[in-house]
Amino acid sequence: MSAWTDHLVIAPILVPMLAGAAMILAGDRRRRTVVVMGFTSTVLLLAFAALLLGTAGAPEVRIYRLGDWPAMFGIVLVQDRLSSLMLALVAVLGLAAFVSSLARWDRAGAHFHPLLQFQLMGLNGAFLTGDLFNLFVFFEVMLAASYGLALHGSGTARVRAGLHYIVINLVASLLFLIGVSVIYGISGTLSMADLAARMRDVAEADRALLEAGLAVMGIAFLIKAAVWPLGFWLPGTYAAATAPAAAILSILSKVGVYAVLRVWLLLFGDEAGASAGFGGQVLLAGGLVTIAFGSVAVLAAQNLPRLAGASVLVSSGTLLAAVGSGGQAVTGGALFYLASSVLALATLFLLIELVERGRDVGADVLAVTREAFGTGEEKEDALEPEEVGVAIPAIVAILGLAFMACALLLSGLPPLSGFLAKFAMMAPLLGPAGAPVPAASWVLIAALVLSGLATLVAMVRMGIDVFWASPPAAVPRVSLLELAPIGLLLGLCVGLTVAAGPVMDFMLAAAQSLHAPGTYLDGVLGSTAALREGRP
Amino acid sequence: MELVVSLAIGVLAGSGVWLLLRPRTFQVIIGLSLLSYAVNLFIFSTGGLRSGAAAILAPGQEGSLGQFADPLPQALVLTAIVISFATTALLLVVLLAARGLTGTDHVDGRERER
Repeated sequence: MSAWTDHLVIAPILVPMLAGAAMILAGDRRRRTVVVMGFTSTVLLLAFAALLLGTAGAPEVRIYRLGDWPAMFGIVLVQDRLSSLMLALVAVLGLAAFVSSLARWDRAGAHFHPLLQFQLMGLNGAFLTGDLFNLFVFFEVMLAASYGLALHGSGTARVRAGLHYIVINLVASLLFLIGVSVIYGISGTLSMADLAARMRDVAEADRALLEAGLAVMGIAFLIKAAVWPLGFWLPGTYAAATAPAAAILSILSKVGVYAVLRVWLLLFGDEAGASAGFGGQVLLAGGLVTIAFGSVAVLAAQNLPRLAGASVLVSSGTLLAAVGSGGQAVTGGALFYLASSVLALATLFLLIELVERGRDVGADVLAVTREAFGTGEEKEDALEPEEVGVAIPAIVAILGLAFMACALLLSGLPPLSGFLAKFAMMAPLLGPAGAPVPAASWVLIAALVLSGLATLVAMVRMGIDVFWASPPAAVPRVSLLELAPIGLLLGLCVGLTVAAGPVMDFMLAAAQSLHAPGTYLDGVLGSTAALREGRP
Repeated sequence: MELVVSLAIGVLAGSGVWLLLRPRTFQVIIGLSLLSYAVNLFIFSTGGLRSGAAAILAPGQEGSLGQFADPLPQALVLTAIVISFATTALLLVVLLAARGLTGTDHVDGRERER
């Protein structure tokens, strides 16, 4: 147990915090200093996340006790496979958003870079913390920064969408607090591990109240995850945000999913005694309805930002339904889907802004009108009989190929990782050959396939409109700084596809330790016991 | 005592929810403040309610854990107050920006046609 790697666990919180604070001191005017600090911080984060990801699983759970207080009194950070995976995703998205913001968006308003750093800090903290109240605090850090990022660049549409976003999240935070205080009042602890240990011998008279508290807290998580009917705020807010902000926001809804995964599986897993499986049906049903609503929203979207926002709903719904269906192998597939869909959605958000740049204002509306009334296309061959084809500029071709990759990833078609992820969820749902498949699994499989079809139809239609039917009026001016993050994210998706074997092993191991949280409990509480006996 | 505290929490939360569902941004922000007062009182009450108890020890009494007030809800409520104060201030700024940009104080940024 070397001291150096033990302290690594807190680095993902400290680095962006210090960088953000230093950036505020430096001020927006010294842009070069701020950019250098931001770059150093995001690259360091990526390095730390890679190190943590590399060492995840050995030891199974790594504990960092702040101030060296025992876990039941003090604050602990807990790092296991799931949190390492989320940290890595945050670091990658952070770097991508940072680099792509340098091209133009960071100058559209004040304090983009510090806000981004605090956003990363809040996300990392939420993924690392081991007790419920700190989860609340890091949620608030993350949300406060996201309010700023969602409003970055100002403008009527952003402020209008941002107002709804802020009010809804404030109410969610209040629900979170109510849940947390009920839990504390009944069980006397806020540490997740300690709570899981005490769940088994809560008095029968108090159990209903404790479950009610946890359910209220769960509502707060589900609002973050944008489950139907709590997710109407999401497409509007994400569509209005600037491209780099939307890219980092695309992992924000996954924080709700993470919290559900962590807390629900820990407290209501198979080993939870009388409360086992509490609320699983709600998760499954909520997820399915969210998939359905998201698919309709995807089909109904009349412009690209709305389409991307609706795809976030589909992805949230898929994850929640897969978790709610209860199988360990399904959860493994869901984790793979989480990684793949977060990367694909962030790419799509970054891409949309570049594509929209070359188009006339209102081109989307025109395309929809043309489709509905069939006008405007007839005269073409009479006017230009000589022209064989329209030359597509190289940059538009690159953007088109990237868009195609996003479509494949999001709809789950081969050969990219989206297909593998959906396959990994469906195969265990069907169970071993010969065994009867429960009706709920059939419904989930149908939902996965149909939502993929809806996404495919919508994205193909949108792609034809954008790249072929109404080619850009002017070739969009795109800098390398904006293309590089897209390349990075898509490259990672290709990497997920090529290295699917080892990645899937990792995800399955993560799912296994989530479903059998014995190692987690021993890791957190065992360290307490050791301390009580005076051992280091 | 319990009845008074729970009635206070209930009235605050009820009025908060009602105001939150109103169409004007100012009503929404007052509603949020009332709701957060209700939640703060609620957190505070989870530590147990006692009246007339000594701050730490009564004279001539032997100290035991049962007599101390639970410090954790107090710490929680302090954090919650600070956070809700900060986010309310932030919301106030956004509210003013929305008023300036859209020219109306309706939460949707436009008046409903009647």
